Amino acid sequence: MSSKQTFINIDRVSKHFGDVVAVDDVSIDISAGEFFSLLGPSGCGKTTLLRMLAGFESPTSGEIHIDGKAMSEIPPHQRPTNMVFQNYAIFPHLNVAGNIAYGLRKDKLGKVEQTRRVDEALEMMKLEGYGQRKANELSGGQQQRVALARALIKRPKVLLLDEPLGALDKKLREEMQLELRALQESVGITFIFVTHDQEEALTLSDRVAVMARGDVLQMAAPRQLYNRPVNVEVASFIGQMNFFDAQVVDVQGEKVVLDTQGLGQVKVASNGDLLQKDNRLVVALRPEKLSLSLQREVQDHVVRGELATSAYLGDRSHFFVSLDGYDKPVEVAGQESGLSSDRALERGSEVWLSWAEDSLVLLPAP
Amino acid sequence: MKDVSYINRPNRPLFVYAVLFLAFLYVPVLFLPLFSFNDSIYIAFPIENWTLQWYRDMFDNEPMIAALMNSIRVGAVASVLSTFLGVFGAKAVTRYRMPGRDPIVTVIMAPLVIPGIILGVALLILINRVGITPSLYTITLGHVLVCVPFSMATLMTRFEGFDKSMEEASADLGENAWWTFWRVTFPMVFPGLLASVLLCFTISFDEFILAFFLGGTDPTLPLYIWGQLRFPQRLPNVLALGACILVISFIVVFISQWLTHREPDSTRS
Repeated sequence: MSSKQTFINIDRVSKHFGDVVAVDDVSIDISAGEFFSLLGPSGCGKTTLLRMLAGFESPTSGEIHIDGKAMSEIPPHQRPTNMVFQNYAIFPHLNVAGNIAYGLRKDKLGKVEQTRRVDEALEMMKLEGYGQRKANELSGGQQQRVALARALIKRPKVLLLDEPLGALDKKLREEMQLELRALQESVGITFIFVTHDQEEALTLSDRVAVMARGDVLQMAAPRQLYNRPVNVEVASFIGQMNFFDAQVVDVQGEKVVLDTQGLGQVKVASNGDLLQKDNRLVVALRPEKLSLSLQREVQDHVVRGELATSAYLGDRSHFFVSLDGYDKPVEVAGQESGLSSDRALERGSEVWLSWAEDSLVLLPAP
Repeated sequence: MKDVSYINRPNRPLFVYAVLFLAFLYVPVLFLPLFSFNDSIYIAFPIENWTLQWYRDMFDNEPMIAALMNSIRVGAVASVLSTFLGVFGAKAVTRYRMPGRDPIVTVIMAPLVIPGIILGVALLILINRVGITPSLYTITLGHVLVCVPFSMATLMTRFEGFDKSMEEASADLGENAWWTFWRVTFPMVFPGLLASVLLCFTISFDEFILAFFLGGTDPTLPLYIWGQLRFPQRLPNVLALGACILVISFIVVFISQWLTHREPDSTRS
């Protein structure tokens, strides 16, 4: 990604609504053709940022450049962006074809060419034959396709999507995710996607910016975000995570020894400023990075616990294991095969949890 | 009884109350059409003979026709003018973040609660001071003043009923404010505009107090009716006329309400 040129440059942008700081000094560079997601809980500023890209809000300070042009003086109707709204904003007084052709008025295409373009868009969105339907005769998924077609027919350089899948049910949402990704690859333009659904962001995006309180907490590719979150907030927002308070008790050359609440003494490779002696920090471990066994099979990176409860999820099971010196059960994700078919695994059974050293994520204490 | 839930089970006291309430509202009014078919010029029971004579007489009554035409003209201009003002006012207060929005709405809505007679006296003093002769024009302006709040209220409902992201979508698709208004806002609030015009027309058409204060030599229909009440033998004509106005007003208000509350063709269900 770094090899590509910056296409959208968000430069120290802030937005205040009265006393409320919606977006606080955010800088993001996005390359052409990138699928970029803004992820965060509601009120984190992601939608405000998107609306500033579209031109519906103007930054209190900072500047947005798209394709090298400063946007602050450019009104929404002259920007090279098009948007898919959260509720789709399909015009109810127009039929599907009328909605899709809405943005073509100024292009003065002539009737034949316009019809051809609309038909093409209908076809691309698998809406053939729906041109004469009224908007309120469409299902949620169809409305969303109309909204996409209406935006893409303008051939924008950037497509902005404001939680477009939020109103759909789970199955349809998963289908649309795949379609969106395929669509983005086929049209090849930059997509900026706002969502509060971390799974959606990870599935779709080339890169994700995790936002909270108007700030970008971390900006990275999905894999990096999942495996190497930079702080407790990102780690707890993305997927499931077990957190253990820890303190550095000894530095032994290349290795440091951590005293953790729950995992006992853990030896990790020394890297970074976090590992000075006496530093407090948080050790994080994904449930699927822990493995559960009935015997102690390894010497290092293992801890004894008691099975508190388990949840059967079909393709896998989640076990909750109580550890000494740790206040809540640790979550462990395991495959259904093997362990849980073992009937002996009852509440209160002694179990051993082990993990690979490099799966430990060391985070600054909040 | 199976379809009856706790909330919609029959409630006899409530039913009786509703009937009494409706009777209280409408029985006095219904005397008007009833006696308009009475052969006698005296209003008394029992009605001995029925007639349509009073209705026939109306068509030959030239001063009345003139007054009717005056009312229609005043009503037409006042309703269109107040709707024109109302649509921009309603758009402004429902769409833009602006300081003092609530006080502004209150001030616009104030003529609803100012007693008509106070408004009438005040306007009469004003036009005398400025030196304008009372006429149908001054009545029209007075009516605009009382109609704008109704127009605003009708149109604000309409504006609040459709999502402002519709207008944003239009801007996003390349249309400036002017084209967005004509291609999106106007078609979507059009039923509201129609409702507002009809409602304002009925208000102006029935309005008496302001017309009384601000009128010149040309009477509107309510002023004409008021004048006729001095002559007992004309009373049946007034009753017939009143019955007609009643029926037409009901129809117009009904249409206007229907337009206002009709499910907007929104994408949300």
